[in-house]
Amino acid sequence: MNPDTLKYTEDHEWIVEQRGLYVVGITEYAVDELGEITFVELPEVGRRLERGEDAAVLESVKAASDVLCPVTGVVAEVNDILEMEPDLINRDTYGKGWILKLKDVNVEEYEELMDSRSYRGYLKTVE
Amino acid sequence: MDWTPATQKEQQDMLSELGLASTDAFFEAIPASLRMKDWKVPPEGMSEQELRTHLAVLAEANTPAPVSFLGGGYYDHYIPAAVDALAGRSEFFTAYTPYQPECAQGTLQAIYEYQSAVCRLADMECANASLYDGGTAVYEAAAMACRITRRNRVIVHASLHPVWKEMLETHAAGSVLQVETGDVPVEGSACLIVQNPSFIGDVRDFSDLAEECHAQGCLLVVAFNPVSLGILKTPGAMGADIAVAEGQSLGLPLGFGGPYLGILTARKSHIRKMPGRIAAATTDDRDRRGFVLTLQAREQHIRREKALSNICSNQALCALRALIHLCLLGKAGFEATAQACYAKTEYLKKQMNFLPLLNTHPTFNEFAVRLPKPATEVIEALQPRGFLPGIPLEPFGWEPGDLLIAVTEKRVRAELDAFAAAMKECCHG
Repeated sequence: MNPDTLKYTEDHEWIVEQRGLYVVGITEYAVDELGEITFVELPEVGRRLERGEDAAVLESVKAASDVLCPVTGVVAEVNDILEMEPDLINRDTYGKGWILKLKDVNVEEYEELMDSRSYRGYLKTVE
Repeated sequence: MDWTPATQKEQQDMLSELGLASTDAFFEAIPASLRMKDWKVPPEGMSEQELRTHLAVLAEANTPAPVSFLGGGYYDHYIPAAVDALAGRSEFFTAYTPYQPECAQGTLQAIYEYQSAVCRLADMECANASLYDGGTAVYEAAAMACRITRRNRVIVHASLHPVWKEMLETHAAGSVLQVETGDVPVEGSACLIVQNPSFIGDVRDFSDLAEECHAQGCLLVVAFNPVSLGILKTPGAMGADIAVAEGQSLGLPLGFGGPYLGILTARKSHIRKMPGRIAAATTDDRDRRGFVLTLQAREQHIRREKALSNICSNQALCALRALIHLCLLGKAGFEATAQACYAKTEYLKKQMNFLPLLNTHPTFNEFAVRLPKPATEVIEALQPRGFLPGIPLEPFGWEPGDLLIAVTEKRVRAELDAFAAAMKECCHG
């Protein structure tokens, strides 16, 4: 996935619409902060998540951190491979390291999220 | 060890800060009948030897240890001398929270072995490093079941120890947990908590109930008596998802409230929802076997307010005693202990068959009878004769005459015969 075409949250998740579903992952910045990821806890498929609700848990050698749902929606798919290979996120966070896909999302919330330029600007303020 | 008492000046300062005239005024909240009037302070200037003699004379005035039939979750089992000798070694005994792998391999290995031992005992797949006591373990199991199922109704079966139920309710107050009473899983219940043997000693097989629970997406939590598993069907074999216990019976002396040992075991698939420390085996950079704490991201020093539990301690020394106790007994010894408890209980039950039995199932090391007069009266009559007859059940919702009697491997036939005779005399004399 091309980072320039994604939407972003202030909590360093990315999301993008792809063939009717919304793919969610974490940004390069979040990956660097976490370090080597050792465990991923994924949500149940079919679960409805509010914007900002805990969607997944990432454990790394340094910390444990929640992935917050960027927009309200229903979990359509989860990336099961992460349970066996959590470091896929370290290796390819914008590709094979995606975490979950949402359906029935609140499109308004999606439109309100930052684009890649605003996110880069936002990163300068947190660094 | 040095003892530095508060000086008279310090005592005065504390009293004036509190606005009290004397130490007696400070203790006024304690009923006068409970306060010691003739407090015998040893005369000043005694040598160590004189003091020891003086104390020995005072100790002789104590009543000899009574023959105890008290149970209800905490039992008078024999503790081999080696338990004290080994657990009392300063490497174990004096260390405070020794969990850094680079300097605490002994403690970490002991906890790892303890976890392995209780897993084998309960036939479960993983265990934590222990909790404070059985009641805490029941609450933590309920909270764990709620996290796993994302539900919050906790159903408590009538077999559960009423005190542990009360502890569960106390912990659950103000949380999302809804504690209810019932015999079967209900819609939306996170778990059903049963106890085997029950509070009054009834032995059951909850396998069918486990299936019923699982069909509804509900977990079965089994509270067990560790010693009973020498001969009884294990929680794991019944299909329990979480199994907990009070571990006092494994090498811990009876104390007025503890310190005791909360055992918590579970299916491996639930390990990340399990509270408390977990010790694990690993290898170091030279491929040597070593031990560490693991999966710490569940705990509050990492997860902060989202930690699974606020329990960040364990009962390392009590867990160590339980481990040593289990190792000393071995599989055959453990089974023999359970056999002895069972057989001696059956013997006393028979000797006391002049009293109606309240149990509706076979029993393990405990049974309940209905006395023709209030249990407290019988207890008062038998205590001067050297017996602690049991626990009166009235405070737990039974009848005034109901008494819970426990028998361990420590009781000998002469004691059982004498107790049954005294009971007969007291009830029918």
